[in-house]
Amino acid sequence: MVQLRLPPNSRIKKGKTFSSPTKSSHMKLFHIYRYDPDDKENPRLDTYELNLEECGPMVLDALIKIKNEVDPTLTFRRSCREGICGSCAMNIDGTNTLACIKHIEECSSDVKITPLPHLYVIKDLVPDLSFAYSQYDSIKPWLQSNETPPPDKERLQSIQEREKLDGLWECILCFCCTTSCPSYWWSGDKYLGPATLLQSYRWIADSRDEATGERLDALEDPFKLYRCHTIMNCTNTCPKSLNPAKAIGEIKKKMVERL
Amino acid sequence: MKYESSLKQAQGLGSAKSGVHHWLLQRITAITLIPLGLWFVGFFLLLLTSSYEDAHAAFLSPWTMALAVSFIIALFYHASLGMQVIWEDYLSHKLTRWTLIMGTHLLCSFLAILSLISILKVFLT
Repeated sequence: MVQLRLPPNSRIKKGKTFSSPTKSSHMKLFHIYRYDPDDKENPRLDTYELNLEECGPMVLDALIKIKNEVDPTLTFRRSCREGICGSCAMNIDGTNTLACIKHIEECSSDVKITPLPHLYVIKDLVPDLSFAYSQYDSIKPWLQSNETPPPDKERLQSIQEREKLDGLWECILCFCCTTSCPSYWWSGDKYLGPATLLQSYRWIADSRDEATGERLDALEDPFKLYRCHTIMNCTNTCPKSLNPAKAIGEIKKKMVERL
Repeated sequence: MKYESSLKQAQGLGSAKSGVHHWLLQRITAITLIPLGLWFVGFFLLLLTSSYEDAHAAFLSPWTMALAVSFIIALFYHASLGMQVIWEDYLSHKLTRWTLIMGTHLLCSFLAILSLISILKVFLT
């Protein structure tokens, strides 16, 4: 049945508060989700006060400053710091986004940071994305062709054919969209979610791929594809300003086209 | 202990190879119900202030009869498809979900048959 509250061991408690040793007119409070599987405690929200005059402009800068100077136990993923690797995807101020491209100034007065919603948490802001990656794996996200081109020849694509991939290839698989989708929260064991479906459409729309029929066959399912109810959270939250809802709509159109 | 791979779990039992007809018919019936629903509300308001004889006379028109039958079929078919989606979304227990989906289909079919027989009875008497 529907579970309206979090399980008892997942309910968030109030945590510690860390004050800034220096003060200025630009102070900011960061409420950050903390969870350590080893201490068997419930998750908590720790509060860190930061002097923004001593901190970089992005939320990731604040997290790195906290980790380096205040609390080295704070755990989060990050790599490229420029919105291309998708590692620092988390929920900031109620919206899934990338910490590295989210300006602190854009956030409300106090910034609440939690892991991507509705995933198992490994530690602090690090969610377990392994099942989402397996779902991505299940759609065979590579070019499928019956012919092997000669080694000295490329698979040609016209400018118009290539344009069909715009808005699709830019996806960095941060799963901000997938974890913002209520349908994925409810049926994530079967529903593939917007990120994986956008990637699937990326190959369906590719003029060089020859497995369109098989790809559509694999998606034609009440749960894998049709759990999308066009809620549009995916499009609202995408930090790369892509439109997964439109890509899913295009797959549904292709399904009708082949009837 | 389970050694089943994450990919195997993600693949599940594979695609059900269905869903497109459900999706399409849900939208077709929804669009159909816009004019039919407006007609029904108008017709129903008219019937509220009419005598039985007037209502009976209205049902003798093939247009009224056709619109009423279309409305009933579209309405209960749409309700049945829509409720199935709601059960699938909100119920994770498979047996409960399956039972309610089947129950809803049967109930909607029964109500559609009952409605059709009722207007047929008005038509024939």
